[in-house]
Amino acid sequence: MSILKQREPLLAAMVVLLVVAVGLRAPAFLSAGSLANLVTDSTLLVMLALTQMLVIVTRGVDLSVASNLALSGMVAAMLGAHAPGLPLPLIVLAAVAVGLALGVVNGWLIGYLELPPIVVTLGTMSVYRGAVFVLSGGAWVSAHQMPAGFIAFPLDRLLGLPHLVWIAAATLAVMAWIARSTRFGRDLYAIGNAPQCAGYIGIPSHKRLPGTYALSGAVAGLCGYLWVARYAVAYTEIAYGFEFTVIAACVIGGVSIGGGVGTVLGAMLGALFLTVIGNALPVLQVSPFWQSALTGLVILVAVLINARGAGRRSRQILPLHGTGAPTERSAA
Amino acid sequence: MPATQAPPVLQLTGISKRFNGIHALNGVNITIRAGECMALVGENGAGKSTLVKTLTGIYRPDAGTLSLDGKPVTFASPQEAMAAGITAVHQETVMFDELSVAENIYVGRQPVRGGRIDWAQIEREAEALFARLEVALPVKARVKDLSVAQRHFVEIARALAQDARVVIMDEPTAALSQREIRELYRIIDQLKAAGTAVIFISHKFDEIFAVADCYTVLRDGQFVAEGRLADITEQALVALMVGRAVHQAYPKLDADIGAPLLVVQNLSHPTEFDDVSFTLRRGEILGFYGLVGAGRSEVMQALFGLTPGVSGCVTLDGRPVTARSPSEAIGLGIAYVPEDRQHHGAHLTMPIQHNITLPILSRIGFFLSGRGKQEATIARHFAEQLELKASHLTQHVAELSGGNQQKVVLGKWLATDPKVIILDEPTKGIDIGSKAAVHRFIGQLVARGLSVILVSSELPEVLGMADRIVVMHHGRVQREFLRGEATPESVVAAASGLITEAA
Repeated sequence: MSILKQREPLLAAMVVLLVVAVGLRAPAFLSAGSLANLVTDSTLLVMLALTQMLVIVTRGVDLSVASNLALSGMVAAMLGAHAPGLPLPLIVLAAVAVGLALGVVNGWLIGYLELPPIVVTLGTMSVYRGAVFVLSGGAWVSAHQMPAGFIAFPLDRLLGLPHLVWIAAATLAVMAWIARSTRFGRDLYAIGNAPQCAGYIGIPSHKRLPGTYALSGAVAGLCGYLWVARYAVAYTEIAYGFEFTVIAACVIGGVSIGGGVGTVLGAMLGALFLTVIGNALPVLQVSPFWQSALTGLVILVAVLINARGAGRRSRQILPLHGTGAPTERSAA
Repeated sequence: MPATQAPPVLQLTGISKRFNGIHALNGVNITIRAGECMALVGENGAGKSTLVKTLTGIYRPDAGTLSLDGKPVTFASPQEAMAAGITAVHQETVMFDELSVAENIYVGRQPVRGGRIDWAQIEREAEALFARLEVALPVKARVKDLSVAQRHFVEIARALAQDARVVIMDEPTAALSQREIRELYRIIDQLKAAGTAVIFISHKFDEIFAVADCYTVLRDGQFVAEGRLADITEQALVALMVGRAVHQAYPKLDADIGAPLLVVQNLSHPTEFDDVSFTLRRGEILGFYGLVGAGRSEVMQALFGLTPGVSGCVTLDGRPVTARSPSEAIGLGIAYVPEDRQHHGAHLTMPIQHNITLPILSRIGFFLSGRGKQEATIARHFAEQLELKASHLTQHVAELSGGNQQKVVLGKWLATDPKVIILDEPTKGIDIGSKAAVHRFIGQLVARGLSVILVSSELPEVLGMADRIVVMHHGRVQREFLRGEATPESVVAAASGLITEAA
């Protein structure tokens, strides 16, 4: 338990250590510009990991986020390309709405029809990805087709920081509020801890779960626009396989796949950690082929630490060696 | 007790609930009055738990009406029942391990101020509740670090926090020591004084007479009788509950008790049990009695190789042994029939005969094709011994009654030809007829020279079946009784931690 409790500081220390270690080999990595890039690069992963964290806390998983992102992104790009006069806020709103709708489909299947999340989102992952093909006819939307403002927005600066960073920071604040200070968020933890008991207490799982997947979908939709705008291209294979990076960030951040355990800070640090690895390896001239193997290794180590921290679920039968146990008072 | 009756808070009229065509409740009428404690009495399977779940909105009745303060109500969800002021302290604690004690009390209805949950208020109020209960519990601790008894207090605090009109306590004392039970009585008196109605469910008659004002008896899902406890004797109440004169014959055959077979010395585990020592002789039934959560099952699971991190010395037939896995334990001749049939005991969606031969498949042969006849023969042999009621041996276990499921599980473990068979609550939740068959069968086992460890929370069963009784309390062996010297009072006192070997 002490490991679990110290997990966030430990992870933060590891991120810093990794950055410094890479900087020793390649000082350019530590330049202000490079570090700012690092933060900017991490934003989309951070945002998706935050909502995925809430989903995993309920004992679920949302495998469809990357496909959702691709579909919402494609919708945004095509709107931008075919209706250049459309104001940007409307385009962003459209992307969020598409993402939200796709998330609601997941949530309805999982919450109301009580289908297993892994099967539902595995299915919708393919359906949504397929819809990108159908919508675009397999064609790309490239930079010259998109309006300039559309492309510029994510990296434009406000008070010295790119909009991307501000949006991620806002998402972080909202998710921290949801996870810690709203009944909705606390109910998710209760559901993940003991689904049946949550029912006995009167927590409506069939309402909470759709809300969770809808949230995951809406953020995926927002990330869809940000992704195509930032990279100034939309095509069918966008963010292919990115859902696994998102889940990996959560696992590294100490979110238990068994449900009921996870913090906003942990998920964010997990995402930062993966981004640092991703950005450092090219700097260190490590072959990109090693990158996925190393990421996998990090996940396994994280899971190992989790398992050792949690240990076997043994029951506390012997009197606690602390204060205040009524059993000890009666023995005294 | 005053003869004038308080106004009824909750009235049940003709409540019925069916599962798969079988009546769990059939036309039940109950009246619950403010400031009174009503004991709900009935055997296992009489419909008490179904009734609790109906009152708390988990089940919806098929027929009948509930009325609260004279107005008919229906609860579509547990939340509605709670909002109406009906709360339950469930038999199996409703707890969220990773959440704090304070949050467990307010889960699902945390106070929100200015868009944020007010954690300071939650912790303050939780502390006030425990102060009122005169129980010391750290409100910020995570529930997974609490003992079973402490969890019960968290549940009671939760019921108190809801300002309930009706509090249902479903066997709240099962895991409590005598002192903790007295604390509970005091809490119930507090509730009554505040005008709350209490429904108290217990199998222990001394408790019922100590704490309740009136009683309602259920039998086989039907209302049998009601009245005031002042007007009835314990024997009369038991007779109402069972529906016939009480004499439970335990077919304990006199078996020749031989040399020590299994000797356990100083078995310890960091959190579950400490310094457990006992000896099991050949042909002996060794009873293990204790409150729920005393650590009996945990000791047995350790012997069966399910628990890592155990220290101590175990010898079987004079040879030191350590089972590091169940398959090693089976190889050594130890069989463990777990408590939770549904989850750990039987493969419900597999046919009877495949269940029985599952642990001994490697003995039948590597390639199983063409061995069907042999499997059927083995399965039939044990089915006949256990008087299994099934239409055919390829029937799925899920289709059998609880008692017959248990027989399949027993048959499975007998097929491994064990020397020591550990039975963990073998008659929990099965009907009386099957119970007797299981008891008869345990008698036959020892008559054949097997040794049996019988873990049971049913006092008559332990007293009636066991040659010696080991009583555990809070993870330690509290006392050992010989068959002759054990009385219900002394065994219960030991289980509550009142008597030690030295005293």
